[in-house]
Amino acid sequence: MGIVLGLLLLGLVARAVSVSAAVVEGESPSTADHGEFEVLDGPFDSAIDVTRACLGCHSKAADQVQRTIHWRWEFRHPETGQRLGKRHVINSFCGSVWSNEPRCTSCHVGYGWTDMHEPPPQADDQVDCLVCHDTTGTYWKLPAGAGHPPYAETRSSKSSGAPGAPVDLAHVARNVGLSGRANCGSCHFYGGGGDGVKHGDLDSSLVEPPRSLDVHMSAQGADFRCAECHTSWGHRVAGSRYATNARDTRGIDIPGRTDDSRASCESCHGLQPHGTAKLNDHVDRVACQSCHIPEFARGGVATKMWWDWSTAGRLGDDDQPLTIRDAAGHLSYLSTKGSFRYAEDVVPAYFWFDGTMRYTLRDEPIDADHPPVAINRFSGGPDDADARIWPFKVMRGRQPYDTVNRTLLVNHVYGDDDTALWTNFDWARALAAGTAFADQPYSGEYGFVETVMYWPITHMVAPASAALDCGACHARDGRLAALGGFYLPGRDRGAWVERLGWGLVLLVLAASGAHAGVRVWTRGRRGRQA
Amino acid sequence: MTRAMIYTRFERFWHWSQAVLILGLLFTGFEVHGSYGALGFGTAARLHTLAAWLLVALWVFVIFWFAVTGEWRQFLPTTDRLGAVIRYYLVGTFTGEPHPFRRTTRAKHNPLQRLTYLVLKLAITPLVWASGLLYLFYNRWAHTGFAGLELGTVALVHTAAAFLMLAFVIAHVYMATMGRTMFSLLRPMITGYEDGERADGASAPADPE
Repeated sequence: MGIVLGLLLLGLVARAVSVSAAVVEGESPSTADHGEFEVLDGPFDSAIDVTRACLGCHSKAADQVQRTIHWRWEFRHPETGQRLGKRHVINSFCGSVWSNEPRCTSCHVGYGWTDMHEPPPQADDQVDCLVCHDTTGTYWKLPAGAGHPPYAETRSSKSSGAPGAPVDLAHVARNVGLSGRANCGSCHFYGGGGDGVKHGDLDSSLVEPPRSLDVHMSAQGADFRCAECHTSWGHRVAGSRYATNARDTRGIDIPGRTDDSRASCESCHGLQPHGTAKLNDHVDRVACQSCHIPEFARGGVATKMWWDWSTAGRLGDDDQPLTIRDAAGHLSYLSTKGSFRYAEDVVPAYFWFDGTMRYTLRDEPIDADHPPVAINRFSGGPDDADARIWPFKVMRGRQPYDTVNRTLLVNHVYGDDDTALWTNFDWARALAAGTAFADQPYSGEYGFVETVMYWPITHMVAPASAALDCGACHARDGRLAALGGFYLPGRDRGAWVERLGWGLVLLVLAASGAHAGVRVWTRGRRGRQA
Repeated sequence: MTRAMIYTRFERFWHWSQAVLILGLLFTGFEVHGSYGALGFGTAARLHTLAAWLLVALWVFVIFWFAVTGEWRQFLPTTDRLGAVIRYYLVGTFTGEPHPFRRTTRAKHNPLQRLTYLVLKLAITPLVWASGLLYLFYNRWAHTGFAGLELGTVALVHTAAAFLMLAFVIAHVYMATMGRTMFSLLRPMITGYEDGERADGASAPADPE
């Protein structure tokens, strides 16, 4: 009997060993080596030719990509009905894509989108396969090339500082693979015009992050690619900042039973992720991110917190554009863009968030008399079961608006012409040109209004040991001091209970003290009398 | 000289472990309440919960003990000599009068004590327990019929009860010094034995504590 059991156990152990041995480090599970395909030998004159070669086998790929938000830059919000996406929103960084196309669309997952009036080029070969599937780290898109990489020597350089050499397209094509952190990061880390500028929780430090910065993406941690959580199906990528799943109630993602999206902590960690019940009691009301991302911009790359466009245009004594840096070496003024404030290791702001983002679009009236004007806003509160307390980067600044029509304005910043702000430093002409191009009604009268934009924070998850202590929020002046509408132990109290309570305690103390005093005094007197 | 056993071993164990737990609960509780920072909120909350469960366990034993020994009768209120005892604390203790109550094993508490401990056991403590358990199981309210309750209300009731408990502890400790000497009331609560002279009926004031 014992022998049979022993053999059974041995069998189980052997099976476990053989299963874990299925993953061999350094060995690609791919069934194809793209280096062996003659069609990828090149040479290629244009990246478009590479795409044609890809589509020769991956015949549905372009069709799939062209249905996604990465291609369309358009998102119809299922709840608000608002038409969002880069093609439509105004943000508090460079403003609007309209009239600045070849610069902004350098991050489009395609080639040659030069006019926002039109959807992206329809031909299949205009899709950029390489920006997402390059594994060599040598592919890059020109900063103002409407999505194209450099085909010849160029003065421009990759944001990360690589020299401006033309891309060896055949080399890149023979070395394609799954999207890694650097692929997604080539656009998402540089949003807003530079490394780490926009999001605060996405910057180049996440390409090879230490464990302390991101426990999931670090090679010393789980070494995840972005796509490990942002799962995809037919090139459609899970996870959205417009329609966020602010509270995942499905828990661990079991194929066939859930939404096949791992873009939430609960997808892997479940709904009872902690070892202690009291911590688990928090997950219905507090987003994981609130405690497990103690600060953002922790990787040594600063993020922009304030951008005042109103000061842009001031030139130096020599009539040349100015570049001024602060004591920490961060940009504080550019004649092209105005005044900035950068910050690192930023403590987030916390709000109730139900996941539904509404934007102030360019045809919506703003209340300029009561700044700041919210570029985006969201709902959610303590009584809203779908909402949780989320961390945010709060981006502030001042932006141009129409003082008569009371709308935010499309600003023509980039272009080799006599109206673009960055080349002519003339606000009146830049706004007239931008609004005219975008068919936006414009009175011709402009001013600057303070704006605020909210960016949910969800990356840069620290190891559990670095999560916030309870006292970070459960304190009189803790991180949630400003968040009203609910009772938070350690922060809140009842004024009358405090007054009456401490009053009673003091009264009993005083009475005892007085009683004791009289006892000592009368006893002494009795002693003397006796 | 005889020595009378006033407080049995169980009673002393119960009294002192309850004292330690209540002091610990007050200390950690007021930190959880945000009155000061000493251990950190998380540690304070964990210890507070732990001490609360220990006290619950102790109380289960004590209630069982009261029931089987009939000692619960020690807390039945009486008006007999109640006025005299109150008068003693207000006047007599200063003029050197003897304490109007004599402690025996059948009546360990003077009428004022009986009344105080009864209020403590039937009003303050249940208030602490009810509000505390509700507070602890806040996350289960929705599924257990307490959905209409506000956490703020429960927390305020719990805090108010804690203030009453703190006031009792202060008064209790002070009154424990009002025996013949500073510590004469404390001694039987430690050793269990009352000094023999007064058990014999000597005229020295019986210790009221």
